[in-house]
Amino acid sequence: MADQSTFAELAMPYMSALYAAALRMTRNPSDAEDLVQETFLRAYRGFGGFQEGTNLKAWLYKILTNTFINQYRAKKRRPDQVDLDDTEDFYIFRRLGGLEAAEATRTAEAEVLEGIPDDEVKEALESIPEQFRMAVILADVEGFSYKEIADILDVPIGTVMSRIHRGRRALQKKLWDYAERNNLRPRAETTAGS
Amino acid sequence: MDCQQAHLRVYEYLDGELTVWRRRAIKRHLDDCPPCYDCFAFEIELRQIVVSKCGETAPAELQIRIARALGIEIQGE
Repeated sequence: MADQSTFAELAMPYMSALYAAALRMTRNPSDAEDLVQETFLRAYRGFGGFQEGTNLKAWLYKILTNTFINQYRAKKRRPDQVDLDDTEDFYIFRRLGGLEAAEATRTAEAEVLEGIPDDEVKEALESIPEQFRMAVILADVEGFSYKEIADILDVPIGTVMSRIHRGRRALQKKLWDYAERNNLRPRAETTAGS
Repeated sequence: MDCQQAHLRVYEYLDGELTVWRRRAIKRHLDDCPPCYDCFAFEIELRQIVVSKCGETAPAELQIRIARALGIEIQGE
C-alpha cells in the first residue's frame, strides 16, 4: 500500500509529461489542464491502491487515458477523420529517394524534417485518429514498452503494435505532406537522382 | 535475413521489442546492408525530431492549481 503523504513528491515530477500527452489528446490547452488536474486528483484518491515499487508513470498514464476516454471524448471539439489511409512503411524515406540512393544522405534528409516548425509537428500528431494517436504518443513520446501500453490502454499487445505502426505511418504521411507543400527538400544531391 | 524481412521488423527492432536472437539477425543484416542501415537510422532520427518538437511544460498556474487541490504547500509561494 502506498502512503498518500508521499504522493505529491512522487507524482508531481510527471506533470509536464502528462500535460504534453493531455494536450496532444484533447488538442486544447484548457481541456488539457483540466484533464491533468483530474488525473492528479483521481490518482491521489486511488494512491492507497497503488502497489509501491511498481511503475508509477504507467499507472498515472492509465488514469490519464481512462479519464480522457470517459470524459473528454464525448465533448470532442474537432471530429477525427474516420478513415486512416494505409500508407507504406518508410513513407518519408522512400519519397526522399533514400531506399534507392547509393550514397548515404541521411543527414540531409533529416535536415528536411528539422525544418518543420514545432507547431506543425504537433498538429500532424494531433491529426492522427485518436486510438492510433494515443498509441503513438505512449510509444514514441513517452517511451513505454508494448506491454506497458497494452496495460495502459487495456488492449492486447497485437492491437498495440498495429495501432503504433499505422499511427506512425499516418504521422509520416502528414509530415511529408507538410514538407511537400512548403517545398522543403534535401540539398541537391538527393533530388538529382542517380 | 534479407531486406524485406528486416523491414518487417523495423519498429519492433527500434522499439527494443525483439528477442536477442532476432535482434542479432537484424543487426547482422544492417551491418552488411548500408541502404537498410540508413533506412533504420532515418527512422530513429525522425522519432527524435518528433519527440524534440512535441515537448511541453505544464503552465505554472496549473502546477499551483493542482498543488492547492491536493492541499500541498508550494515552496517559494
